[in-house]
Parts: sequence; C-alpha cells; structure tokens
Amino acid sequence: MKTRDMLELAARNLRESKLRNSLTTLGIAVGVASLVAMLSLGVGLQELASNRLTRSGLFDQIAVYSRPEFRGFRGNDRRDGGNPGEKRDLRPLDEAARHEIEKLPNVVEVFAEIRFTSEVRFGEKSQFTFVGGLTPSSRSSEAFEKMQGSFFSGPDAEEVILQTQFAKTLADRPETLLGQEVTLRYAERQALSGASGGAGATAGAEEAGFSVVRRERKVRVVGIIETEPFSGMRGFGRGGIFIPINVAEKLGPVAMSSSVRELMRTSSDTKTYQTLMVRMSSPTHVEAAEQAIEKLGFSTFSILDAMRNLRRFFAVLDLFLGIFGSVALAVASLGIINTLVMSVLERRREIGIMKALGASDKDVRRLFFTEAGSMGMLGGLLGVALGWAIGKAINFGTNIYLARQEFPPETIWLVPWWLVGGAIGFAVLVSLAAGLYPASRAAKLDPVKALRYE
Amino acid sequence: MTHNGEVAIRTEDVRRHYVMGASTIQAVDGVTLEVRAGEFVALLGSSGSGKSTLLNLIAGLDRPTAGAIRVQGRDLAQMDAEELARYRRHTVGMVFQSFNLIPTMTLEENVELPARFAEVDRAERKELVRASLERVGLSARSTHRPSELSGGEQQRAALARALVNRPSILLADEPTGNLDSKTGTEILNLIREFNVSLGMTVVMVTHERTLAEHYAGRMIFLSDGKLAGNGDPR
Repeated sequence: MKTRDMLELAARNLRESKLRNSLTTLGIAVGVASLVAMLSLGVGLQELASNRLTRSGLFDQIAVYSRPEFRGFRGNDRRDGGNPGEKRDLRPLDEAARHEIEKLPNVVEVFAEIRFTSEVRFGEKSQFTFVGGLTPSSRSSEAFEKMQGSFFSGPDAEEVILQTQFAKTLADRPETLLGQEVTLRYAERQALSGASGGAGATAGAEEAGFSVVRRERKVRVVGIIETEPFSGMRGFGRGGIFIPINVAEKLGPVAMSSSVRELMRTSSDTKTYQTLMVRMSSPTHVEAAEQAIEKLGFSTFSILDAMRNLRRFFAVLDLFLGIFGSVALAVASLGIINTLVMSVLERRREIGIMKALGASDKDVRRLFFTEAGSMGMLGGLLGVALGWAIGKAINFGTNIYLARQEFPPETIWLVPWWLVGGAIGFAVLVSLAAGLYPASRAAKLDPVKALRYE
Repeated sequence: MTHNGEVAIRTEDVRRHYVMGASTIQAVDGVTLEVRAGEFVALLGSSGSGKSTLLNLIAGLDRPTAGAIRVQGRDLAQMDAEELARYRRHTVGMVFQSFNLIPTMTLEENVELPARFAEVDRAERKELVRASLERVGLSARSTHRPSELSGGEQQRAALARALVNRPSILLADEPTGNLDSKTGTEILNLIREFNVSLGMTVVMVTHERTLAEHYAGRMIFLSDGKLAGNGDPR
C-alpha cells in the first residue's frame, strides 16, 4: 500500500474511536510534557547558574603571579643541583610579560590588580578604605545591575564609584553623594632615579631607592553599588571605593601587600606587577590559557575546578529530572500498547477482511505502526506545548515570588530547540516501540479465523 | 457456460488437516478437481463437509497441509505470504455470507479498499469504484455506510468490492445465506451476469441445491472433506 493511503487509513481509524485514541494521545502528551518541563527546568537552572557564575568573574579569570612568590615551598629541593633554570624562575611579571599574555588566544584583557589604602574626605568627614581599580569590562559584572548613578564616563575619567556601606559612612543618604567631589589622600611611590648614583657601574635596579610621598586627588562620585564587582578572586579586604584602572595605575600608589622584596624590585625604572588578572572570553578557555601562561614561566590560579564540579552536578540533576520525565512517558507508552492491543482485538474481523481483500502482513503491520506513530507525534506536539505552558507558569510563579523578595526576575526555565525536537522524536520512538507488539500481532492474524470472529 | 476450456483452477490431492488437541480433523481430505476458465461451479455439501475450507484454500486465505492448488498455472502452496497477498489482490475477488463490509467506512471507501492495497492510481481508482458501484446499481448510495443499507444492498456492495480490481475469478461463500429468497435471487442474477458478460470464473459454496441447479453450470459435491460427486445440473 502507498504511504499516503496508509496515512489516510490510519487517520480514519484514529478518528473512528475518538475518545479512546484521544485519551491515549493525551497520556503521551502528559508524559512528554513532564519530560519537557523537568528537563527545561534543569537546563534553565544550569543556564542561570552558569550565567551568574560567569558574570561573577570567578570562572573566566586567571590570577598570574611571578614564580618567586612560591619559592618558599619548594625552593630547597630546587636549589640542590644548582638548577640553571633558576634565572627563568625569577622572571619578573613586567610590561613585556603582560604583552605576551595579552597575545594569547581568547584573552579578553590583562589588568593589574591594584588595591591600596587611602583616606577619603568628604566635607567634614574622613574615612580610610581600600581603593580598587576597575577595568572597563567589569561593567558587565552583576554588581552593576542595581547601580545608582552611572559607570565611569571613560577609561581615564577621574571618577569614583562608591560601595553603599562605605558611602553611608560619608553621608547619611548615600545618593546625595552622586555628582559630588571627594578627596583621596594616599601614599605615592616615587623612584629616586639618582639616588644610587654613587654605586657606580654595578648599580642594578635592586639597589635603587624610592620615596613615599603623600598625595591628594579630587575625584567625582558617579555611582553607588551594593557589592564589590568580581570580588571572588580578591585576596584581602573589601573595597569601599573604585576608580578606573588606568587612573589607578597613574596614581602610582604604594600597594597594600607590597613586600619589602617587591618594593625593592619595583623601585627600578621597569615596572613590574605583583599580580596580573587575565580575563578570558569564556571559562572553557581558562585551562588552556593557564597552561600557556605557566609555560611562560609564571604561576597561575583559577577556580575552574569548582566550575567543573558544578557542571557535573547539573549533568546529574538533568539525568534525574529526565528519569522522572521518562517514567511518565513510559506509563504513557503502556497506554499506547493497551489501546493498540484493544484495537487489534476489536478490529480482528476488519483485519481479516483487509487480508482477504489483498492486504499483506506488511500492510497490516505498517497500518498499526502508522497509527501508533501518529498518536506519538500528536502526543509529542501537544506535550511540548503543554510542557512549555507548564514551564511558563513555573517561571511566572517564581518571578512573582522573586519580586516579593525584591529580587530581579530570572529565567529559571528554558526550552532549547534540541529539547523540542528531541521530545517529539522520543515520543514517536516510544510510540513505535509500543506499537511493535500489537502491530505484529495484527499482522500475524490468521484471516480465516479472523473472518469467523464475530 | 461461456468457458473457453482452459483450466483456471486445479487442485491436486489437496488436504487440509486441523490438529485439535489429540484428534486431527481432516477438513479437506484429498480433493482433486478442475475448474475451467469462465465456468460457474457450485460447491455443495452439508455443513462441515469442507466446502468452505476448500474455498478458502482456493482464495489463498489458507494453506493446504498437502497437495497443490494451481491457479493459472501457479501453485498457491508454494507461494510466500507476500505472493499470496498479491494473488488475493489481483486474481480473485471474494464475497461472504455475512457481507464483511467494514462498518466504519462508506460504500465508496469499502469498494476502494482492494484498489488501495493494489496501489492503483487515485484517479483511476475513483473511476474503478464508480464503475463497480454502477454495475451493481448502488451509485446513489455510495456515501452511505453499510448499516444504512439492506442486506441485499450490502451484498451488492460486497460484489462491487470483489469486482473493483477486475479479477478473473470470483469466489462466493454462501452469498445468499443471509438473504431472503427474492433478494438472494437478485444477487445470484448479478453473479451470473458477471460470469456471462465479464467472463469471470465463479466458484460458489452453497448448501441450497435448487439455487445451484438453477444458476451453476456444474455442481461439485463434498462430503467429509472428499469429493462425493460431480455433475452437470442439466
């Protein structure tokens, strides 16, 4: 029989016992809907978590240190053989190194971690706090979602963003600070270029001196934020005030953690960094970049492993949600088997007639298969729509709840296209499998017996 | 009557045994017979004589336990399921005592069914259905369902269905068994017309000897699965 005839016959058979077939189809639809709803919830939550974590800056950042920082741990065994590679180990984290790292693939930006203490004056009030440098890309941090005021007008703007708690120490109503000028008083490091002149030709950089000078700078408050952006990787202290990183570099402050050794090193003309932060375009590139940077002779640190565990957690979550959804679909497929077996019994005579009129076993089998597949297809489509609606409702309800808790709305539920196609395909497949037994039973029916059947 | 002498159906020592528990029922037990093309043959016998079983064997609905059934030179016993289905589609048309129309389909759809199985083109199919229904005088009822028709009309529809693929053999199993005598006569007249004007070979199972004598060209008697007699009614 031709496929079109097969479809026509299947459709008319399905229409004939409308109630039974629509209940069966509804059963499949509910199964598919629960599968879709469960999996979309998993996918949505995963997406939400990865977005949040990516934007937290935890997972796409690598901290780069120069190796000597860690020498204390393994220095002794290294020194045993008078390792000739020692020189390389001492490679400074300088401008050249920074450029090299910037050239690595998928690196978005490389910036120095700048943080220093400063006195902040506003009118009569004066407070000490940490000043942090912010890169232009940190604008994407979730910390700025509920910002009052605006981000820096440019990378070199002499503007600051205050952290709410700190702002409250300067003014009772922090928002009144927006547009006002505050004064930063901090210690600047100045190299004493001629200071070691007496040492002659052997005078290396390490012997140069420096002085610390008190400086003042007036800056304008442009924004107030709740939390410090990308705070995850910061080793110490909470920043109270933030300035563009370019401005921070120009200020040349005495860094918070400056060890004597570093102070000695950085006193030279060549600028070196204690730590460089590398931001990657995506967390997936972190591992490769870390290896590349380590080959350059630096130490690295990232929180990639935590991300990996998180992905594993979501994979397991998806699996479990999928299993629950599949149970519903399995129940639905029992419904199909039942409906079709009943249909074979009920239509015994009809099958006998069809065989007497020249239908082959194959025709009969295909007819029942087509009926099962059609119910699966229809149930799948209906189920995806239903699952989508359920998810929408869950989303809606969640956002009402979030709004009551004064959180911004979130998408915790997401139906990707692969899930739509997959769910319909799965429904058809399950239905065909369910039709296997009834179809072969119908095909094997002895026409003589079937015709005698009343 | 208008047979041309060629052998259409030939059974050779055909046996059909059913095993029921410990006993074996020999429904057809070594029947050898010939039906010539264009002949109208009546298979007579009391109930349980094996006449319906023999008809089912000739129709390719059942397989013999032993022996050969040659239709147009080919042995049905040697055909696989697919070939048998093709044989039923193209070579034979069947009518039954209980009409066996599909109740959920209209007459048109019922008549169209064998043509669907035979993969006849849609346009041609429509024409075949129309011609078949016209031949049995049911053109006006083509969109009715079987339940809306009388017994005679249903059997006429079944005849139209048996005709639609233009088979050369018509097999009828007690076609008048469920009809009153007047309607039964109408049906037999139609069958005779197919036999005469279309040249179809007809094998009809019946237990009404008077009808057989009136319509059939030859009568074959069966008893306990064996041939009991073979005679020209006239």
